[in-house]
Amino acid sequence: MSYMIEGSTGAWEVVIGLEVHAQVISKAKLFSGASAHFGADPNTHVSLVDAAFPGMLPVLNRECVDQAIRTGLGLNAKINLMSRFDRKNYFYADLPQGYQISQFEFPIVGEGSIEIELEDGSVKNIGITRLHLEQDAGKSIHDLTPKDTVVDLNRSGVALMEIVSEPDMRSPEEAGAYLRKIRAIVRYLGTCDGNMEEGSMRADVNVSVRKPGEDYRTRCELKNINSIRYVMQAIEIEAKRHIEIYENGGEVDQETRLFDVARGETRTMRSKENAHDYRYFPDPDLLPLIVEQSHVDHLKSTLAELPDDKRNRFQSEYGLPRYDANVLVAEQDVANFFEKVAKNRDGRMASNWVTGELFAVLNKQGLTIHESPISADALGSLLDLIADNTINGKIAKEVFEDMVETGDMPGDIVERKGLKQVTDTGAIEKVIAEILAANPDKIAQYKSGKDKLFGFFVGQVMKEMQGKANPAIVNDLLKKQLS
Amino acid sequence: MGAELTDKILDKKIVQRVAKLSSLAVKEDELAIYAADLGGIINWMEQLNGVDITDVQPMVGTEIAQLRLREDVVTDGDCKEDVLSNAPERIADFYAVPKVVE
Repeated sequence: MSYMIEGSTGAWEVVIGLEVHAQVISKAKLFSGASAHFGADPNTHVSLVDAAFPGMLPVLNRECVDQAIRTGLGLNAKINLMSRFDRKNYFYADLPQGYQISQFEFPIVGEGSIEIELEDGSVKNIGITRLHLEQDAGKSIHDLTPKDTVVDLNRSGVALMEIVSEPDMRSPEEAGAYLRKIRAIVRYLGTCDGNMEEGSMRADVNVSVRKPGEDYRTRCELKNINSIRYVMQAIEIEAKRHIEIYENGGEVDQETRLFDVARGETRTMRSKENAHDYRYFPDPDLLPLIVEQSHVDHLKSTLAELPDDKRNRFQSEYGLPRYDANVLVAEQDVANFFEKVAKNRDGRMASNWVTGELFAVLNKQGLTIHESPISADALGSLLDLIADNTINGKIAKEVFEDMVETGDMPGDIVERKGLKQVTDTGAIEKVIAEILAANPDKIAQYKSGKDKLFGFFVGQVMKEMQGKANPAIVNDLLKKQLS
Repeated sequence: MGAELTDKILDKKIVQRVAKLSSLAVKEDELAIYAADLGGIINWMEQLNGVDITDVQPMVGTEIAQLRLREDVVTDGDCKEDVLSNAPERIADFYAVPKVVE
């Protein structure tokens, strides 16, 4: 069922479009040779170009162009072989040039589309309008002294990709799934680290509401939101604000707003009257950017495997259900870990252990896959012990817990604790005989139709044997004895 | 493009808006002077509209050359003192400007 917000005049549909600003992974800045690395001392990663000294000229970084093209290919988008840089003019203390070099009329990447997957398993296409390259601004700090704003230009001139979506999303969930997908794509491609907390990926959210079947109504833009959860919250809050205005007979003003997380509300940042007038014009310091199709083809042939392709491969190569494959490919490092475990082993079993036991431990301890207390090799050899019947699945969980605690290899733990599986039918038969002798009443009940008691007998046998009996053999022998 | 010449009138309101966008403080009695000055400049440039550019490709530079690209190598920066040499005011290693609250 689609997402609707119920108002006093009926149900409202929410219309959402997103602009994602993604910081390009490169060594140097977009138009200068200063380092683009994050976290240096103030104003040390700044050249005279970035500080806009008179006479300094921009020279475009080749790698930033390639990164934009790679990302465009990952978004299944058209690469524009001719694009152009324009000046976007506005005055602000952390923008020394007085303009941002951006791409307005002719972006490097045109229309594309990506697939998002929703909770209910449905798949939806979200259109990409464009991707363009632009400079980041410096950073203003307002709270260092009472009367000054101080400016650090380290970020000034770092390359950003702005990825603009079509207004194709209809719920906070879809917006969240879209952002996660964009983040996965840029991370897989190595074009942006996707780290929203550090601000290397930020989103502007356009929200409007309408009655089903209507044309679009007035939208508001929520600026600079730096987490997926906040984007989802802000959409709902903003949509409800619009509905309330309309239902009280008012009109929504097109404006730029900010989302105040602490107060759970959006507020006017710039009204229509004060809207920026960017006075775009072609940057006379830069010629049009011409890219050869052969170069695009080369980048395409060396592109990393994308999340969707990896998911499809996991499904066919390892026989995984689509849902499980999606969970594994959501993060590239998890997918790599899984493949190490699954190599030459049962893929489904590997997937179950990674997404089950291992994820549980990582979640509980708040660790990333990098910090996993169990290496892919160690988990793999645990699966080997199950596969060659050295231990059964239940004992494997005990060994796993020991591995988490001690960091020992599973083979050593099995040895140390004497957990080797009993497959000797004689030994198992002996225990079964004891259990049956001790429970004549249960046997009678079982034989008179209480089938569920079979599980009770299995449990008793396993318990007696400290869980080390081979479950398949126990089942077989019990069935024979009880028939 | 139309090739006719029109006199562009720049009124005080437009001057005020341009000044605001550029964060320039312009006094009320200066508005008329700037309106006349800027209007004169724009009207002089309007002569370009007299040129017939049908069938002429837009040009953004005067050189017939390929855009020059740089390799992704750090070759610059680490010149804090030079960068801050133009700062009207400086606090520690930052530029300092009057508090900006938008």
